[in-house]
Amino acid sequence: MNVLKHKFAEQRYPASPTINFDAVTCAFASNEGGGKTYTAIRDVTLTVNDGEFLSIVGPTGCGKSTLLNVAAGLMRPSSGHISIFGKELQGGLNRDASYLFQADALMPWKNAEDNVAAGLIFHGTPKAEALEVARDWLVRVGLDGHGHKYPHQMSGGMRKRAGLAQALALNPRILLMDEPFSALDIQTRQLMENELLQLWAADRKSVMFVTHDLEEAIALSDRVVVLSAGPATRPIAEFDIDLDRPREVADIRMTQRFLQLHAAIWDVLKGEVLKSYARTRS
Amino acid sequence: MRALALDPRNRGLVQASRLILLSGGVFIWWLCTTMEWLPPFFFGDPIVVAQRMVGWFISGEIFLHLYTTLLETLLAFGIGTALGLGVGLWLALSPFFAEVTDPFLKAFNSMPRLIFAPIFALWFGLGIWSKIALGVTLVFFVVFFNVFQGVREVSPVVLANTRMLGASSRQLMRHVYLPSAMSWVFSSLHNAVGIAFVGSVVGEYLGSEKGVGYVILLAEGVFDINSVIAGILLLTIFALLLDAAVSFCEDRFMRWRPEAGQTVGATA
Ligand SMILES: Nc1ncnc2c1ncn2[C@@H]1O[C@H](COP(=O)(O)OP(=O)(O)OP(=O)(O)O)[C@@H](O)[C@H]1O
Ligand SMILES: [Mg+2]
Repeated sequence: MNVLKHKFAEQRYPASPTINFDAVTCAFASNEGGGKTYTAIRDVTLTVNDGEFLSIVGPTGCGKSTLLNVAAGLMRPSSGHISIFGKELQGGLNRDASYLFQADALMPWKNAEDNVAAGLIFHGTPKAEALEVARDWLVRVGLDGHGHKYPHQMSGGMRKRAGLAQALALNPRILLMDEPFSALDIQTRQLMENELLQLWAADRKSVMFVTHDLEEAIALSDRVVVLSAGPATRPIAEFDIDLDRPREVADIRMTQRFLQLHAAIWDVLKGEVLKSYARTRS
Repeated sequence: MRALALDPRNRGLVQASRLILLSGGVFIWWLCTTMEWLPPFFFGDPIVVAQRMVGWFISGEIFLHLYTTLLETLLAFGIGTALGLGVGLWLALSPFFAEVTDPFLKAFNSMPRLIFAPIFALWFGLGIWSKIALGVTLVFFVVFFNVFQGVREVSPVVLANTRMLGASSRQLMRHVYLPSAMSWVFSSLHNAVGIAFVGSVVGEYLGSEKGVGYVILLAEGVFDINSVIAGILLLTIFALLLDAAVSFCEDRFMRWRPEAGQTVGATA
């Protein structure tokens, strides 16, 4: 147990925006045809601050992945603006960010090492050096000795770790994560969450973390944003998480403050989950 | 009594059964023709066929023909594959041209392209190039459609991830599109091998002065059915060898591909 209480939360970082959503709306062509559209998110205004760990929670299908895709520059908003470090993203990709996708995204024809090294090679690092860094990262995410395995030879959890190494090896200033741990069992998951927190504490990247799991969101973040049920999703509440750091995700769940926060956020989230459920059933 | 376990993984048993099937077939053929149930004039005789083949190799008269046919086939195969790969990648990545050329490609593909043989003979003469041209038109489409499909089937998530990792469009080609297309290309190459042989042999058959197709044509002219069958068998053997070479490359380059139920038994 951690008795030494570092008051990290109190020395707040200056709130300079890293990612800034300004009235972002995303509408998709609906497959009913006839020019009908489905508005996944509407008028989302949201800021991720420098060095902040921000979690997004919301009912399934509400538009969390869509938000990340917009932040990554993979998807252009139908209207509104997205800026990264004050510069508007116009059609291009967000070059400051690494993106950990919800689905498996490793190149199936490269083994773990080559997959992790690929990003560095794309950025011009010589191959030998890139492989060196890749091996180092594989060790850090607990894949020591699995570097020569191809994705289909790894378990789901191992693939997620390799993906994490791939994203972090580039040492991005922004980390976009889409339910990275939802496929893992509870023990592995807590190990990975702790690892992530340690890695994050080392240089405080700005993190936008999407999850279904409210407990995970509270345990990891500085701030939790709750999205409304779709369609036309928007943020409806946000909560500052004033738990001390460094945190131990398993232990922190037992604290009084955690439970209070959980109750408060769940109060808001529950309503949206029920709405979303009712809509998908009807 | 224990039933014999017909396990497809038992290599020895599989090979033995294949041998039995082959020799059984040949034996029935031999029996039918020697007993004159089937006229040997039209159906040949396995022993004479074998003698013919051995004779060709001993006298050495077949080598020039075999060399010609193999050269035509390999060149047609190589050129057709390279063109199919190049054009397939290009069109798959430029939707505009893909849309424009779509009806033409469909038309060329559905055309009975063997009919081109006489035209190519006029254009390229009776040498090897008219046969290669025929083989290329046959191989090209098989490879082309597979590459096109392969590029279209690239997982959008893998693509987005690789782009996010900072790949330029050339790097995307090399690290995503090409490897993804390769697994499709390899499955098409097995077909392409056979088709390349069809191109050369039909070309030779219609007009040439050397090649295995020409040998078959001559033998047919004098109703020497045994030589015709020997020629066909020779081509079959070389098609199988080329196919084995493709499989060998496939195993080397496609190591990343998952195979169903890839477990090994415990070693005692
Ligand atoms: N390319 C698309 N075309 C049409 N509709 C889409 C597209 N992408 C997403 N949507 C719709 O937008 C909504 C939000 O999708 P999104 O993937 O962002 O949900 P999510 O919150 O990430 O869900 P989950 O928690 O299940 O991952 C969904 O209703 C989905 O059907
Ligand atoms: Mg999602």
